[in-house]
Amino acid sequence: MSPPRTLFDKVWARHEISRDAGGTSLLWVDRHLVHEGSHHAFAKLAERGLKVAAPELTFAVVDHYAPTRERAHIKDPAIRRMVQTLEANAEKHGITCFGLRDPRQGIVHVIGPEQGLTLPGLLVNCGDSHTSTHGALGAIGFGIGATEVAHVLATQTLRQKKPKTMCITVDGALGPGVGAKDIALGWIARLGADGARGHAIEYAGNTIRGLSVEARLTLCNLSIEGGARCGMVAPDDVTLDYLVARPFAPRGALWDRAEQDWLSLASHPDAEFDREVSIDAADIAPTVTWGTSPDEAAPITDHVPDPATAPPEKAARIGAALDYMGLRPGQPLTSIAVDQVFIGSCTNARIEDLRAAAAVLAGRRAKVPGLVSAGSALVKQQAEAEGLDRIFTEAGLEWVAAGCSMCVGMNGDLVEPGKRCASTTNRNFRGRQGRGARTHLMSPAMAAAAAVTGYLTDVRPMLAERSVA
Amino acid sequence: MSGWSTHTGTAVVLPLENVDTDQIIPARFMSTPRSEGYGRFLLHDLAHDAEGAKLPGFALNRHPDASVLVTRRNFGGGSSREAAVYALVDSGIRAVIAPSFGDIFAANAVNNGLLPARVSAEAAEEMITSLGDATAPVRISLTELTITLGDRTLAFDLADTWREKLINGWDDIDLTLQERDANAAFRDAYRAATPWAWPAT
Repeated sequence: MSPPRTLFDKVWARHEISRDAGGTSLLWVDRHLVHEGSHHAFAKLAERGLKVAAPELTFAVVDHYAPTRERAHIKDPAIRRMVQTLEANAEKHGITCFGLRDPRQGIVHVIGPEQGLTLPGLLVNCGDSHTSTHGALGAIGFGIGATEVAHVLATQTLRQKKPKTMCITVDGALGPGVGAKDIALGWIARLGADGARGHAIEYAGNTIRGLSVEARLTLCNLSIEGGARCGMVAPDDVTLDYLVARPFAPRGALWDRAEQDWLSLASHPDAEFDREVSIDAADIAPTVTWGTSPDEAAPITDHVPDPATAPPEKAARIGAALDYMGLRPGQPLTSIAVDQVFIGSCTNARIEDLRAAAAVLAGRRAKVPGLVSAGSALVKQQAEAEGLDRIFTEAGLEWVAAGCSMCVGMNGDLVEPGKRCASTTNRNFRGRQGRGARTHLMSPAMAAAAAVTGYLTDVRPMLAERSVA
Repeated sequence: MSGWSTHTGTAVVLPLENVDTDQIIPARFMSTPRSEGYGRFLLHDLAHDAEGAKLPGFALNRHPDASVLVTRRNFGGGSSREAAVYALVDSGIRAVIAPSFGDIFAANAVNNGLLPARVSAEAAEEMITSLGDATAPVRISLTELTITLGDRTLAFDLADTWREKLINGWDDIDLTLQERDANAAFRDAYRAATPWAWPAT
């Protein structure tokens, strides 16, 4: 009898076409999502005169270079060329493209789940590391490079060595103002930016069961920041309620069969993981990054570390990070003044994220400027129907169209050199938001709190004030 | 892509941890067609001042002929951008030696003939100390899985599949297209078993 299997093992097995002597599997890919950055891969295909093998399983979206303002005419010729190249490649190969004028346009990792393209049990690939997001629905989703994108385009398959498995179990009740972003930054700070390298993570435990699909998407999104290949949550009723009636999800009798199948994917209670980590939800506080790697994070009540008192092997790295970030050793995190905020990205720009930020900003004024970019055109529409856009603009923030925007700056939404940004994004790398930009990662509620005070701020008292009022 | 079994060149040190792919190539350069060359973008913002002048103290500016980079843990983490590998390869780098690599970066490297050679943290530190700011002749053998730096030879780790691929210069697309019929048969059986895995139309 075969040993009890994990969710990851089950989904991997059903996609394995063959495995070579070296242990590399050839996998069937269910959904291949492409964006403007896929130009290298399409060029490789053209060089060899190959066609896209399964255009019906390939979906294109304009996101990385998508202008967030004045879309009718893109002024920057390089950006215009990137967008046009994707649209031309999609047309040439018969691929559905969510272009700038499509009401379904948005960030690839927001629209996949939103459209029901991402489903439990699928293998989802995209030339973007945050493809780990899709695992929130019980799919295997991971990012690939341009050569691999070309391989998937040409064959609808991928060669891949099976990663090890890791289970992160979170149990207990999360405190008010604490959410998926804090769980993620917390475990990454504990295990390191390469702490889960070579592993597929499953998030389990009653805290995870209690998370909405959108919160699970945030958590799985950040798996790559801890070095994991992918992150997953077993499909449950929360997953099914989210997916039912999504445009590309199965319907009718097929849905009923799918439901049964998906609920059978959960890890067997006796399944063994290569690594297991437990987290008590009660230990998690709102968390922010202070350095230039996502693992350089701490609870907002804490201080910037001091290289002088740090372990010797860490001192140089901390010193270099503080130098880049313009911070004093030992200063309280709440004494760090910010120049601007950004609320957006595939990590935190879904409707629940915008509601959380708006709940803090309602009736308050931002002391610093900021940009709010919804994760998709549909999220933007929903937010406007709920009046969230007015809350943001009345607070003094700018409400703009959907795209990757200031998370990666490819569309020209940049943080100026030396400026400090409280950001709901996924990477505080040097230069990520623009050359010399200083990024502090945090949740949407925490970014909203930073906007209100102009400093990194513990959002909890602000939320408590609200519940008293 | 042509394969290789041994490389004889020059090693230089980049004594940093967590050199993510955003640092290896900042996003603003990525709309450039590959045919224009990516070498000038390598580690751009570490190698140049704000006005774009080369920083004379930066290792790769002092030693532009270097072909092997010795660095610290988690090299190439973060973004899946293969452009990071293009920047290294187009600068003449043939191997990066480090205690660990970002998973996607390592796969991208092998797909472009660049060796991600994994050594222990102690071995990397030893090389970093012995090289200092200077360079040294280095020889790498993929058949023996060894690095010879000066008078020292040590072993490195590399998955067998990746070793074969680097040596033979194999292209996965050609291999997979040969299995087209088997893959189509798999697809049909899989679709019959799980028809809901196809997008609703």
